[in-house]
Amino acid sequence: MSSTTSPLTAEQLSATTLLRFATAGSVDDGKSTLVGRLLHDSKSVLSDQLEAVERASLDRGQEAPDLALLTDGLRAEREQGITIDVAYRYFATARRRFILADTPGHVQYTRNMVTGASTAELAVVLVDARNGVVEQTRRHAAVAALLRVPHVVLAVNKMDLVDYAEPVFAAIAKEFTSYAASLGVPEITAIPISALAGDNVVEPSANMDWYGGPTVLEHLETVPVSHDLTDCPARFPVQYVIRPQTAEHHDYRGYAGQIASGLLRVGDPVTVLPSGRATTISGIDALGRSVDTAWAPQSVTLLLADDLDVSRGDLIAPSGSLPALTQDIRATVCHLHERPLRIGERVLLKHATRTVKAIVKALPYRIDLSHGLAHENEPAALEVNDIGAVQLRTAEPLPIDAYADARLTGAFVLIDPADGTTLTAGMAGEAFAEPAAAGDAADEEGWDF
Amino acid sequence: MSATVRHAEQRDNPYALTHLDALESEAVHIFREVAGEFERPVVLFSGGKDSIVMLHLALKAFAPAPVPFSLLHVDTGHNFPEVLDLRDRTAARHGLRLHVAKVQDYIDDGRLRERPDGVRNPLQTVPLTDAIQAHRFDAVFGGGRRDEEKARAKERVFSLRDEFSQWDPRRQRPELWQLYNGRHAAGEHVRVFPLSNWTELDVWQYIAREEIELPEIYFAHEREVFNRNGMWLTAGEWGGPKSGEPVETRRVRYRTVGDMSCTGAVDSAATTLDSVITEIAASRLTERGATRADDKMSEAAMEDRKREGYF
Repeated sequence: MSSTTSPLTAEQLSATTLLRFATAGSVDDGKSTLVGRLLHDSKSVLSDQLEAVERASLDRGQEAPDLALLTDGLRAEREQGITIDVAYRYFATARRRFILADTPGHVQYTRNMVTGASTAELAVVLVDARNGVVEQTRRHAAVAALLRVPHVVLAVNKMDLVDYAEPVFAAIAKEFTSYAASLGVPEITAIPISALAGDNVVEPSANMDWYGGPTVLEHLETVPVSHDLTDCPARFPVQYVIRPQTAEHHDYRGYAGQIASGLLRVGDPVTVLPSGRATTISGIDALGRSVDTAWAPQSVTLLLADDLDVSRGDLIAPSGSLPALTQDIRATVCHLHERPLRIGERVLLKHATRTVKAIVKALPYRIDLSHGLAHENEPAALEVNDIGAVQLRTAEPLPIDAYADARLTGAFVLIDPADGTTLTAGMAGEAFAEPAAAGDAADEEGWDF
Repeated sequence: MSATVRHAEQRDNPYALTHLDALESEAVHIFREVAGEFERPVVLFSGGKDSIVMLHLALKAFAPAPVPFSLLHVDTGHNFPEVLDLRDRTAARHGLRLHVAKVQDYIDDGRLRERPDGVRNPLQTVPLTDAIQAHRFDAVFGGGRRDEEKARAKERVFSLRDEFSQWDPRRQRPELWQLYNGRHAAGEHVRVFPLSNWTELDVWQYIAREEIELPEIYFAHEREVFNRNGMWLTAGEWGGPKSGEPVETRRVRYRTVGDMSCTGAVDSAATTLDSVITEIAASRLTERGATRADDKMSEAAMEDRKREGYF
């Protein structure tokens, strides 16, 4: 547990994995304190940064260093004392490296949390133990469920202000777990903490001996980085065709890309979409060395047995499990821009490595996250931060997966063709996953006394 | 490391990548996206460790074909000779075209004026943006990392700049999944940061793993230095030491290399990659806090320079 306080050896450092996670929390629930403590206790706030914060805090007439100044990097943020934008933070322990998408809890939270959660393998949702599950908590759970973040941590904060009482925690954990499970969040871990006092953040709490589960950091260090390869068919969006045209590599023609999901082997029968031509993988170059097998998220170069016409934007997939090709996409979207999205609008759709023209055919509904996921049918437009369903017609067929099955090849963004603005984040298919089959199992996994 | 794919946490998940493999894979993805979507990309290349790592990643991304980009360096005129030497050798070895924009040329013909403190780092912005416009580069790779500075922590991987190369933090495009949006109007360009998610320690571990050659000044050596504002600076033609700044010989190394006038050395005994890594892992100072005077000018120094077109 105190592994984080001593310098890491070179050997320890080279064996670590990377976990990307996002934090969600509203303004006063102690998110900055939690982030500050994780950074501080993992030695990721260095003395010159702390000194700068102390200096700036004194200049503002504050007595104690304001840890929010560590994270509010922009002049406008410091002036207004608010966080405008997602920031990325980095810290490490002996077991793992972390990339934290620090998403602000302010007005634009939906858009920001969607951005942070899109690359996250885990989301930490903070709740104030005195207030319990509030509207904002439901919103955070809903966004984590929508984005299909594989692991959700409920951090019940400020336990020191409720006398570290087990029943308070148990009630909040039970309510949250059943709500999140009903949205299809696959794994929920509830942890009672006090970010301010340090209980169960890095060190186990002496004040809550009734809790037998991991601290926040321990959980972050040990949660599996999810690559469920057996269930995921391989997807390989072609980024770039490598043709050296040199004497030494005269006939080399490789298809460069990052494996979006699954696993590829030399000899696998594959099909190139949208052309539908079939061939087999004759070789895999993993950044300069030849390998037999490669898997997500490795960047590799594929060599194919037949000389096909393959270019950027194509998708290579195992012939036995191809995504459907379609020009009609129904998707759940989060609208990101102040310019509303309306029926009839012509946009560009970027999916994997392919950008095509698309038109908004229908807006079937808008979800009101603040009122128990109520649907407003056929809204006039989607406004900024709105989450809703969209029906799109694309100019060319796309090999698109359901987001529920494949996060990367089920995702897309809509772009304004006039000025290139990113308008909307899209997830193909239904909004929320089916709740986990066994309710009891979800309950048991929820927390660990 | 051996030539086989490295496994981490073998017991739990044979398919988990080590953090370096994950970062490498992501950076390569970014290089290939730019190659696929832009007409005239260029890599900012100074011969410093971050740009050397960038070039190494680009070489791997397109192997066995050559890197499909040229290189650009803004020479302040106060660079360390060892660094320029490695810059030139590296470009030549890989057969890459190197454009050099010189701050000195701008001072000589009056387009820029020398600052009273002799610091030239802030003067780089004009030659840089001029070079981008003159060559009509539409994507410019930089080695900036989000761990360097809190304004950089807010930077996107693809960062749209207007025709004046200005950064507007409020106009940034949200960046989701790995769907980078590089659309830009004529005259605008995109700054691209493949090392966004790397930390100083990641860069060093990667250099060690890949056995990448670095300029000698990154390793401990005896050097004549003088103290100014708490930093050990190297004596040189750029205006130091002044009277009252005694020169002494110390055993030092550099954590960053930039303009000599504002890049400080740190006391160090680290002569090997392993000892550098151990030293950084134990350091209580950030890379920039320890060695960069230009970031200390004000609380928003980096943000202000970035708004003007700096990296």
